[in-house]
Amino acid sequence: MTEIIKLTAAQTAEKIASGELTAVEVAEAHLARIEAVDEKVHAFLHIDREGALAQARAVDAKRAAGEPLGPLAGVPLAMKDIFTTEGVPTTVGSKILEGWIPPYDSTVTRKLKAADVVILGKTNMDEFAMGSSTENSAYGPTGNPWDLTRIPGGSGGGSAAALAAYEAPLALGTDTGGSIRQPAAVTGTVGVKPTYGGVSRYGMVAFSSSLDQGGPCARTVLDAALLHEAIGGHDPLDSTSIDAPVPPVVEAARSGDVRGMRIGVVKELGGEGYQPGVVQRFEESVEVLRGLGAEVVEISCPSFVYALAAYYLIAPSECSSNLARFDAMRYGLRVGDDGTKSAEEVTALTREAGFGPEVKRRIILGTYALSSGYYDAYYGSAQKVRTLITRDFEKAFEQVDVLVSPTTPTTAFPLGERVDDPLAMYLVDLCTIPVNLAGNAAMSLPCGLAPEDGLPVGLQIIAPALKDDRLYRVGAAVEAAFVKKWGHALLEEAPQL
Amino acid sequence: MTVTELLSYEDALAAYDPVMGLEVHVELGTRTKMFCGCSTELGAEPNSQVCPTCLGLPGSLPVVNRTGVESAIKIGLALNCEIAQWCRFARKNYFYPDMPKNFQTSQYDEPIAYNGYLDVALEDGEVFRVEIERAHMEEDTGKSTHVGGATGRIHGASHSLLDYNRAGIPLIEIVTKPIEGAGARAPEVARAYVAELRELIKALGVSEARMEMGQMRCDVNLSLRPHGQKTFGTRSETKNVNSLRSVERAARFEVQRHAAVLSSGGTIVQETRHFHEEDGSTTSGRIKEEAEDYRYFPEPDLVPVAPPREWVEELRAGLPELPRLRRKRLQEEWGIADHEMQSVLNAGALDLILATIAEGADATAARKWWMGELARHANESGVELAAVPITPAQVARVAALVAAGDLNDKLARQVIEGVLAGEGGPDEVVDARGLKVVSDEGALGAAVDDAIAANGAIADKIRGGNLAAAGALIGAVMKATRGQADAKRVRELVLEKLGVQG
Ligand SMILES: [Zn+2]
Repeated sequence: MTEIIKLTAAQTAEKIASGELTAVEVAEAHLARIEAVDEKVHAFLHIDREGALAQARAVDAKRAAGEPLGPLAGVPLAMKDIFTTEGVPTTVGSKILEGWIPPYDSTVTRKLKAADVVILGKTNMDEFAMGSSTENSAYGPTGNPWDLTRIPGGSGGGSAAALAAYEAPLALGTDTGGSIRQPAAVTGTVGVKPTYGGVSRYGMVAFSSSLDQGGPCARTVLDAALLHEAIGGHDPLDSTSIDAPVPPVVEAARSGDVRGMRIGVVKELGGEGYQPGVVQRFEESVEVLRGLGAEVVEISCPSFVYALAAYYLIAPSECSSNLARFDAMRYGLRVGDDGTKSAEEVTALTREAGFGPEVKRRIILGTYALSSGYYDAYYGSAQKVRTLITRDFEKAFEQVDVLVSPTTPTTAFPLGERVDDPLAMYLVDLCTIPVNLAGNAAMSLPCGLAPEDGLPVGLQIIAPALKDDRLYRVGAAVEAAFVKKWGHALLEEAPQL
Repeated sequence: MTVTELLSYEDALAAYDPVMGLEVHVELGTRTKMFCGCSTELGAEPNSQVCPTCLGLPGSLPVVNRTGVESAIKIGLALNCEIAQWCRFARKNYFYPDMPKNFQTSQYDEPIAYNGYLDVALEDGEVFRVEIERAHMEEDTGKSTHVGGATGRIHGASHSLLDYNRAGIPLIEIVTKPIEGAGARAPEVARAYVAELRELIKALGVSEARMEMGQMRCDVNLSLRPHGQKTFGTRSETKNVNSLRSVERAARFEVQRHAAVLSSGGTIVQETRHFHEEDGSTTSGRIKEEAEDYRYFPEPDLVPVAPPREWVEELRAGLPELPRLRRKRLQEEWGIADHEMQSVLNAGALDLILATIAEGADATAARKWWMGELARHANESGVELAAVPITPAQVARVAALVAAGDLNDKLARQVIEGVLAGEGGPDEVVDARGLKVVSDEGALGAAVDDAIAANGAIADKIRGGNLAAAGALIGAVMKATRGQADAKRVRELVLEKLGVQG
C-alpha cells in the first residue's frame, strides 16, 4: 500500500483512469494511512470516511459506465477546515464553531466535488487562520512530519503536514499573509497563493477579506497546477473574483522552461536575521536558475520594510469586523443561556469562551485601529503603505518576469518556542506578507535541507497579478533540477513515521 | 414617567428659531434583496426568505443588486443630486441581534448621490426648497419581537424572536442638509417634505413607500437657537416617526419641549427619542454621551460602484414627470383653484381620480364623486379614501350612466351606496334596486299633467313668464316618480305643456 500513498496526484488520476487502480482502493489506502499516523501528526480535525468512500465509489461507477473522467477524478484531498462543506463540520480551528454543520458548500468545495475529487476530511489550522504554527488551533497543535516536536507552519499546518505525511496527495489552503506558503516551506511541500480573486472566496470563512486567498497545496508543482486549475476561475457569488480565465498553469508546469526569463532577487528579503542554511539553499536555487538559462538581477523594493506593520493593522481591522457575527445568536457555541441573562451577556460570555487569545488579541487590535480618531493614523496609513508596496512590485515587474526570495527566514522551530512571543511569531511571515498586500501570485517549493538542522527550506517565487502561470514555469524548472541533483524528491529524506 | 414641560408653540417661536434635519429610510421595491437572491415579498413565514448571505453565515459573501443601484441613482437624479462617478460600500459596525453580521453594509463618506434639493409646496401654495445632503444605499436589518414584557418593549421581556426575512432588503437613506428659515412653519415643512418625497418615490416606481408598512421611515432631528444666533443648538433625534401627521406632530412637540427646557435655563441633552402616536409626545431613548463609534471602513467584500455616465444619462432621460409639476399641470388642466387641488391631495384622492379618468370618466365627474360622496363615506367610516370599497372603474361606470341620462344624481348616489354596501357593481345595483330614470314619455307626461292640474296657481305664474316657479312643479313630478325621472326632461315637458320657451 505504500506505493499508492506515495503516488503524485497526476499519477493517481492516470492509474484510476486506466483501471490500474480503483478510486475506492486509493481512498482506502489513504484512510488507512491516516488511521496509522494521524494520531501522531494530528493533521486532521475531522475525517469524512463515509463521504470519501461514497465519492470514490461514484468515480468507479462513472468509469465503469464509460463516462469521461476529469484530470483529478478519484484523487484524495485534505481540505483546510476553513472551507464550508455541506453536512460536514467546519470549525475554522475555533471552539466558537464547534459542532456547526454548514448548510452549504463553498464554491471551491462545489468545484472539487464536480471534478470528482475525493475529500478525505478537514485539516487543522490556527484558529481563524491567525497564526504561523497551527499552535493557535483550539483543538491542539499539529506536528511537522519531519520532526513531530516542531511546528508544521501555519495557519495551514494541517494541510501541509497531511501532504508530508502521505495522508493525501492534494490539500487546500488559504493564504492571508503566508498561510499556504510558509507551511509548505517548513514541511518540504509545494504551496501556491494565486492572484487575489483567482479562486473564489465564497464559503471560505473570512479572516481578512482583502487579503485572504484560497490556493492549492501538493507535493509536486504539476499536482499544484492541476488543483489550481480545478478550483480557479470566476465566481458570480464572489464580487472580488476576477472575471478572466484561469492562467495556463498546467501547461506552464509541464513546460518548466526558464530560458531567457528575467528573475529578480529581492534585496530586502534576506540578509541579517535569516538562518544561514536558509540563505545558503536560497543562493543555490538562484544559481540553479542561472544554470537553466535565466537571467538573474537584484531588485530593491524599499517599501517592503513597512509590510509587516501595515499587515498587522489591515488584517486585524478586517477581522474585528468579520468575526463580529459570532454572537451566539444563529449558530455555533452559546454560553450562559440559562434564562437569566440578556442577549448581550450571552454574546459576551460566548465570545469570551469561544475565541482563543490570539483571535482576541487581533480583534482588540483591529477594533482600536478602526476607532474614530485613530482610523487615519492606523488603517489609513496602512492602506497607503499597501499602495507603496504595490508600486514597488509594479516597478520590479517592469524589469523582471518573477521575483524570488526565501519563503521564511528560518526552518521549522520547536513547538512552544514562540507561543508567548507574538512579535517573533509574526516575523515568520516577513517574506510572504508583501505579496498578499499587493494581491500578486506566489509559490513556495522545496529547495533543500538546511545543513545545520536538516530541515526543509522553501524557495518563494512571486509573479505579477494574473501571471500565475509564471510561478509554475519557474517552479517546475527548479523542481526538476533539484530532483535530478538529489536523485529523488526531497520528501524521500523525511524520517519514517 | 415624568410629565414633559412644554412651552406654548407661539411663545417657543417668539424666542427661538428651529433647525431641522430629516433622515428618511425607504425600502426599495426590488424583487430580490440588496446583496443576495432572496425574495423581498412581505408577509412570508418568519425566516423563510433567507440564505447564507443574508443570515451572515460564516464564509458567505454579498453581491450588489443592480436594480438597487439603479433605483438609488433614479432617486438621486430626481432629487437633483450629483451622482458619484465612483463610490464604495462601507461597513457600519455595531452589535445587535437582529443584524446578522453585526455590521450593516452601508455607505459612509462616498454616497451614491449627494448635493441636491427638493422643492416642496406648502398648503397655501408657497414653495420651500429643502436641500439634500446625500442619498446612500444600505441594507435593512432583521426584526426583533420581544415577548413577555409590556407593549413589546425589550425591557422586561422574557425572550425575543428574530425574523431575518427583512435582513438585507435594500434601503435608501435620504438625508437633508439642516433646514433653516422655516420658522413657525418648520413642522409643516417637515410634513410636506416627507409627503413630497413619498410621492416622488412612488412616481419613480422604486418603492410603494407605504409608511404604515414601514417601507418608509423618518427620523426627525431638531434643535432650537435664539433668534439671531448663527450656531445650531443641541439636537434631539426622534426615531421612526411613521406617518405624515406624526412627522408634523413630532417636530411641533420637540419645538415646544426644547423651548421649555431652554427658556428655564436648562440644556438639551443629545439623545434619541421615541415618538408616541397616542398623544403626540416624545420620550427619552438612548442618551448619546459621545457620538457612537461605528468604526466605518470600506467594505472589502464588494468592488466599488462606478456607474457609467451613459447609464446615468439614460436613467435621467427616463425619469417620469415629477409629482409637484404633475400636480401643477393637472390643476391647470382641470381649471381648479389652489385650495381645491390641496383638498384633493389631502384627501389622498389624486391617484383615484386619475384612475377613474383613465376608466373613461370626465375629470369633473371623477373629482366630484371622490371628493364628495366617497370622501364623506371614508370620513364617516374612519378609513383612507383608497380603502373605500369601490373601484375607480365602478365610479367611472356610475359617471357614464349619469352622462347617458340613465341615472340622475340622486339615483347615482343610491347606486354608489349599494356598491359600498356590497350589493355588487353599479349595473347590478341598478337592476336589483330598479333605479332607472323614468324615460317612458307617456307615464312622464301623465305625471306632468297631474302636477299642472294640482297646482293651478303655480302653472299660471309660469305661463306669466316666471320660469323660476317651474322648480315646484318639477319637484312634484320627481316626488310622484319616486325620484326616477330625469329632472331635465321633466322641466322640458312642463315648459312645453305650458307653452313657454325655456
Ligand atoms: Zn438571502
